[in-house]
Amino acid sequence: MAILVIAEHDNATLKGATLNTITAATKIGGDVEVLVAGSGCGAAAEAAAKVAGVAKVLVADNAAYEYQLAENMGELVAELGKGYSHILAAATTTGKDFLPRAAALLDVNMISEVIGVEGEDTFVRPIYAGNAIATVKSSDSIKVMTVRGTAFDAAAAEGGSAATESVDVAKDAGVSAFASEELAKSDRPELTAASVVISGGRGMGNGDNFEMLYKVADKIGAAVGASRAAVDAGFVPNDMQVGQTGKIVAPDLYVAVGISGAIQHLAGMKDSKVIVAINKDEEAPIFQVADYGLVADLFDAIPELESAL
Amino acid sequence: MKVLVAVKRVIDYNVKVRVKADNSDVDLTNVKMAMNPFCEIAVEEAVRLKEKGIASEIVVVSIGPKVAQEQIRTALALGADRGILIETEEKLEPLTVAKLLKGVIEKEQPQIVLMGKQTIDSDNNQTGQMLGALTGMPQGTFASEVAVDGDKVNVTREIDGGLRTVALNLPAIVTTDLRLNEPRYASLPNIMKAKRKPLDTTTPADLGVEVKSTLSLVKVTPPAERSAGIKVDSVATLVDKLKNDAKVL
Repeated sequence: MAILVIAEHDNATLKGATLNTITAATKIGGDVEVLVAGSGCGAAAEAAAKVAGVAKVLVADNAAYEYQLAENMGELVAELGKGYSHILAAATTTGKDFLPRAAALLDVNMISEVIGVEGEDTFVRPIYAGNAIATVKSSDSIKVMTVRGTAFDAAAAEGGSAATESVDVAKDAGVSAFASEELAKSDRPELTAASVVISGGRGMGNGDNFEMLYKVADKIGAAVGASRAAVDAGFVPNDMQVGQTGKIVAPDLYVAVGISGAIQHLAGMKDSKVIVAINKDEEAPIFQVADYGLVADLFDAIPELESAL
Repeated sequence: MKVLVAVKRVIDYNVKVRVKADNSDVDLTNVKMAMNPFCEIAVEEAVRLKEKGIASEIVVVSIGPKVAQEQIRTALALGADRGILIETEEKLEPLTVAKLLKGVIEKEQPQIVLMGKQTIDSDNNQTGQMLGALTGMPQGTFASEVAVDGDKVNVTREIDGGLRTVALNLPAIVTTDLRLNEPRYASLPNIMKAKRKPLDTTTPADLGVEVKSTLSLVKVTPPAERSAGIKVDSVATLVDKLKNDAKVL
């Protein structure tokens, strides 16, 4: 039994989510092989070969995979995946984009956002925005799934010495093309990888007021997130959204500022080690999950917090 | 061009979900149902394409029990022209849903298929992508902007860390994210008018799709509860607790 993990990378570096996915694969048991599909992705493949627990790295280096377009990736993964018992990818916007295509081409169902491995055919995943946890058993010949990174520890990035094998499979569906990309430029850590996250909600009032949170974040090396309410109100872009329909985070410290604590937000952060809530409404549901609650006007508390740090 | 919108009847997003006492599933008895919020965004986008003169006809399709007609009528009230219900009492996996929608696409030949990126019940986020693979159509998932340009559609996608725009050949599939638009409310005259719009019913058997599932639900449990901690009275106490008790600063 061999398991194929599709690496998340930007051709130059291996993304952290890959390491969590490899851990999930190790829990299933069997040889773990990693596919690095990209263009000029040698460095990412080398990094994958060094990850502890990886038996082999397959490298599909072709212009068709440069941007990991779902149409091309789906065909590649479906073809290479045929010989495996399981195919895993991180539940990121890349993994979620191409993996269902591969599953459909293989004519198997897919299991999304796996947070627990109970056996080689039984997996745990949240449903209803995390309000219920389902255990599902698959009878498919190939089990295809995305893995929620925060639910699994990262595999050690060093210590392995897997063999690298290049695969000469060029799948270019020819129906889609990359046009442009606008990535948020920030010196702050990525939301899903940060050990401290400070998030603002509707209580922030407007986008400009998020500046207060950026200042605090920069003092303690935190990432800044937001509730869906703050995103819907147009305060900040959607890639900052923490919640069931946004990013799922589980940092050591999560600070919720002016966030009431809608169930959809809690689903995205309740696995954080320590939760702090700052809200002027002492009835806000966020206090029911917070380890430390401060009932205060955030416009007083946040500047005070900044100077206290 | 013709636009096909797929919508699903799900639990109303305001309703708190409860797990059944025997842990067999969630309890949906007498629970308020509604159109999946991401599907509402898909309907709205289709209506806007029609208002811009790009779409000529909007066909809305849903799969589910007879009562799912309500959600189709809602879409018709919002501006869709015609409805199709694929009637089944079975609980379907995304792969089966994609096969059923493929059957509809073969009959209707739409240029754009709009659907939500995920439903708020099963949270799978798979159907649009699977439909793309089965039909060979390209996909623009998690869309925050859709711009038709001749025989192509440019879709701006919400990705981790920012936005990415892809150029897709038509016909194409677009799955909606939250910021694509703000859905309108149906007006009373439009709700009345929607009652007279055509709504056809078909079945999985008519479309030649066998309904089967390879996934079985072992159990459903409530999530682990987190207990409330303590209230602190000042920022100074908070920082002290975080530094010395929790040791996270």
